[in-house]
Amino acid sequence: MANFVQQVVAGLGSGAIYAALALALVLIHRATGVINFAQGEMAMFTTYICWTLITNHGWRYWPAFVATLAFAFLLGIGIQRVVIHPVANASLLTIVIMTIGLVLIFNGLAALIWSAEIRAFPSPFPNETWQIGTVSISQQDVGTFAVVLVLVLGLWAFFQFTKIGLALRASALNPEASRLVGVRVGWMLAIGWGLAAVLGAVAGMLAAPTLFLDPNMMQATLIYAFAAAVLGGIDSPFGAVAGGILLGVGLNLLGSYVDVVGADLRLPVALLIILVVLLVRPEGLFGKPVQRRV
Amino acid sequence: MPLLELRGVEARYGPVRALDGVSLAVDEGQIVAVLGANGAGKTTTLRAVSGTVRRGGEIRFDGRPLGRRGPEAMARLGVAHVPEGRGTFGELTVEENLRLGAYTRRGKLDGDIERVSGWFPWIGERLDQPAGTLSGGEQQMLALARALMSRPKLLLLDEPSLGLAPLVTREIFRIVAELNEKEGLTVLVVEQNAAIALEVAAYAYVLEVGKVAVSGTSEELARDESVRKSYLGY
Repeated sequence: MANFVQQVVAGLGSGAIYAALALALVLIHRATGVINFAQGEMAMFTTYICWTLITNHGWRYWPAFVATLAFAFLLGIGIQRVVIHPVANASLLTIVIMTIGLVLIFNGLAALIWSAEIRAFPSPFPNETWQIGTVSISQQDVGTFAVVLVLVLGLWAFFQFTKIGLALRASALNPEASRLVGVRVGWMLAIGWGLAAVLGAVAGMLAAPTLFLDPNMMQATLIYAFAAAVLGGIDSPFGAVAGGILLGVGLNLLGSYVDVVGADLRLPVALLIILVVLLVRPEGLFGKPVQRRV
Repeated sequence: MPLLELRGVEARYGPVRALDGVSLAVDEGQIVAVLGANGAGKTTTLRAVSGTVRRGGEIRFDGRPLGRRGPEAMARLGVAHVPEGRGTFGELTVEENLRLGAYTRRGKLDGDIERVSGWFPWIGERLDQPAGTLSGGEQQMLALARALMSRPKLLLLDEPSLGLAPLVTREIFRIVAELNEKEGLTVLVVEQNAAIALEVAAYAYVLEVGKVAVSGTSEELARDESVRKSYLGY
């Protein structure tokens, strides 16, 4: 039992990271119908920015963390304006290919600037455990979970209670009608990309202490995030978060109780989840059934 | 000087010419109707004004030529367009729909929500209901209420009767007429149901294949039997 609780808590840590990245994917998919394949590489790139601030410029962790979020927000807006907006009226395939191009650009750029060497990344949380009876709980996992929780609640409040949040939701639901009431839908999409990049940056910075920093560090995490988003429902923000947590905890339990799965088979399990959900219940656990408008 | 003036306005959807030189004028405080058969260019006329279709010719609003302004900019100038199919946000609540209507304005909106609830009393009691669960007539009223939230100088109303029971249509036109009378609201309304539109409008234009075929005061058009028979179908 002690081991079970321990594994669940450990799963919450990685699950929170999947949840943050999955939520980023869902934000953009809801607004534009596109999966941003570059979400993971953007997260990796912004994590390098944080690393540079800390290692090369001597910043403390939390100021560097916040500055990186600001950078990520502007990066997301910039990419939408410069790369995605010009092809906004093109076919979905064109936009998807643009995002795949961004994957290559960010990956190459990171290797060029910071080299492909694997680097250690600091964690803001002590590498210690709390002992509750026979259960030892990693402070890293709890801290990671807490940061994502605060972020998700903050975003929810922003969408629910602010004027821009309302305009963002309206733009995703009905861009034509939003324009008629004066919402600048193009800019709302850019803000959506900015927020998604912020979520990605948080996922990257929280994942880097365990995954270590290198230009390919987010690739597996992006697959897990896909699986989480598909599991929860690709258009459901709540589903993305729930899917991420479920996936993190589930994979961790599988890894510790089913010998066959181990660490090597985690990724195939995630892909299997994507496949099964798309076949059996394409709208995911928390999404609405897909309706085609004629 | 009219509040809104169209001179030789043209518009096309790809190769299809929808407007072929439409000229009309709306004075401040007036209700003007645009009538005509399906495909005559009524909806496109409104879309040309709100900037949701690319237009040629000249449109002046409030003394200013509109140029290439898009719908976001037109909303800021004080043009509220209630489109065909209403354009309400079904997944959002009634209150959120109303708040979006006032998107271009600053400051507190509680007073405005109260004001529009005065016109549609059921709205005040159902602010938290998702708009998608309203009946067709209620959605049309919500679309109208949302337009009022922006305190528009000009209301563009597209086929408010579409898909509604005659009694509900009558109620909506009664409210529009009253808004015009009491608040001086200027309205350009497009309608298939010519009889009811002529009852509330002061002036009307009848479109035929993208051009104004006849125009005149509502009394003149309603009285003229040949116009009624050949264009208005009643």
